[in-house]
Amino acid sequence: MNATVRWVRGGGLSTLVLLIPLLLAFGYFAWFPIGRAVVMSFQETNLVDAPAWIGLDNFTKVLSDPLFWTSIRNTVYFTVLALIFGYPVPLALAVLMREFRRFTGLMSVLAYLPVVVPPVVAVLLWRFFYDASSTGVFNTVLGWFGLGPFPWIQDASMAMPSLVLQATWANAGATVIIYLAALTSVRTELYDAAEVDGAGVWRKVWHVTLPQLRNILLITLILQVIATFQVFTEPFLMTGGGPNNATTTILLQIYNYAFRFGDYGAATALSLLLALFLAVMSALYFRATRSWSTS
Amino acid sequence: MSNPVHVPERSTTSRPAEAPLPAPPAAKPRSRRSDPADRGILSVFDRRRGRVRWIVRIAQTAVLFMLVVASLGPMLWLAKAAISTTQDTLRSPMAFWPSGLDWENLSTAWNQAEISRYFANTVWLAMGSWVVQLLVATTGGYVLSVLRPRYSPVVTGAVLATLFVPGVVVLVPLFLTVLDLPVFGVSLLNTYWAIWLPAGANAFNVLLVKRFMDNLPRDVFEAARVDGAGPFRLLWMVVLPMSRPILGVVSIFAVLNAWKDFLWPLIVLPEPTLQPLSVRLPTIRDTVELDVFLAALLISTLLPIAIFLVFQRLFLRNVSLGSAVKG
Repeated sequence: MNATVRWVRGGGLSTLVLLIPLLLAFGYFAWFPIGRAVVMSFQETNLVDAPAWIGLDNFTKVLSDPLFWTSIRNTVYFTVLALIFGYPVPLALAVLMREFRRFTGLMSVLAYLPVVVPPVVAVLLWRFFYDASSTGVFNTVLGWFGLGPFPWIQDASMAMPSLVLQATWANAGATVIIYLAALTSVRTELYDAAEVDGAGVWRKVWHVTLPQLRNILLITLILQVIATFQVFTEPFLMTGGGPNNATTTILLQIYNYAFRFGDYGAATALSLLLALFLAVMSALYFRATRSWSTS
Repeated sequence: MSNPVHVPERSTTSRPAEAPLPAPPAAKPRSRRSDPADRGILSVFDRRRGRVRWIVRIAQTAVLFMLVVASLGPMLWLAKAAISTTQDTLRSPMAFWPSGLDWENLSTAWNQAEISRYFANTVWLAMGSWVVQLLVATTGGYVLSVLRPRYSPVVTGAVLATLFVPGVVVLVPLFLTVLDLPVFGVSLLNTYWAIWLPAGANAFNVLLVKRFMDNLPRDVFEAARVDGAGPFRLLWMVVLPMSRPILGVVSIFAVLNAWKDFLWPLIVLPEPTLQPLSVRLPTIRDTVELDVFLAALLISTLLPIAIFLVFQRLFLRNVSLGSAVKG
């Protein structure tokens, strides 16, 4: 009793009161759902009956779904394409912009502009650009050079690259700005030293600039992979997973399980598998790169 | 990623703990040019050579041109198409000048397609998310940074841990939680609380504010305490006014992210009259004429772009933080 009074007098109670918003918000909407995800993946949940324990049934169901491997393949394809399109471009742009002495501010604003366009607007706009007829926006422009018309998102083999192109347009700007910030801390004396050794522009970039950006490059790489593994809006709004499931990603599968078929257990099981995979991959990645990031 | 709600589209996890604080105002770029110690890959001497100067100038123009075409191009096209007729846009989408201006589109979209209503919904959603995020981040950051009760490392750790859980994991359980809120036993479905409240569980905001407050001078707090300020007055009169820069950063990203959010509002607001622009636009696409639809897209983009242009310095300086919020 006495201890309680002392605790209240000493401000313990008001501290707790001030912490209530955080505890409620995280308790209800972060910690509890995370724990519940694990429980739900072993249960059958249909909102009508009380949840029943069904062991690993959700996992076997998800893994034996013929669309499981399709969605994995598509997601990996998206991620790889996004790395090929999207990883070198911001880096090259940032290194160039850092060298320029004029318009740097204007260029940064321009580079970042697509990032602030709401994703839904961007996707719907690009969907129109990708019109497959010869009077589609992109087909018209390419037609000036005697190319096309291309079927874009209506063709199973072109749909995914088209999605990646749009996603790269929408996201590259943020990475450019990150690299620009990192470039301000590159130690320029090393360029002098490299010149003494007779290094040209390319060798200075390769041996001085890039090594000093190594840490940030490693982080943006893994963050981009984690983000692209959870791609949803682009396939959902642009192609709906089609044509012929060519753009059905893992998140689209999760969405369909939960909100089209009402199978919340299967959806959670697939979410957990994805999260587990991402966690293991990140851990291995940081283990593997630790040796070179600290040199 | 930090906020379970924002995840799937934007996704990203873990970075935050190491996130730097907003940098002090950078020196004016002009002073850079005259500073001989500041060189890039090219040395100051190289830059003066005629041939190099030309190459740099050409590259600079090329990059600028490319950025204008790639970034500004689609937006300018949208602006043009929004005031052109459907026929013009379909027949010759890349014509520089449409055959006639059709300003009507904008008012048709605003009134008949009810963009005004969805615009207001979006503003309302953004405001509520902003208030909740600020409340949780400031009180939470204050307790964990300034008051530091004995149990604060545990809470900080638990908040930090949520950053390492990809948002996709909580999507479905969060939906079921909102459907039947434990203890209260109410459903938040089709209410804005379903978006406002989960927005508060943003670990990134809490840690950002906490780190900022960690760097405030502690002797000021001691002085206030000696003067008799309790924890609430200390927060309101001393800590909050000193934290204004970081609250600005949190606010801007809160509003913008609420504007961008798609999947979560789609799930928890099935009632069309409550939906924000992002959820409504894909449906509107099938119900109105193309020119009106493009006008609706334009209207939906104007506010975020305006916010960006007004606060661009703040954005470009802090985007390395913001990227964690938005991937």
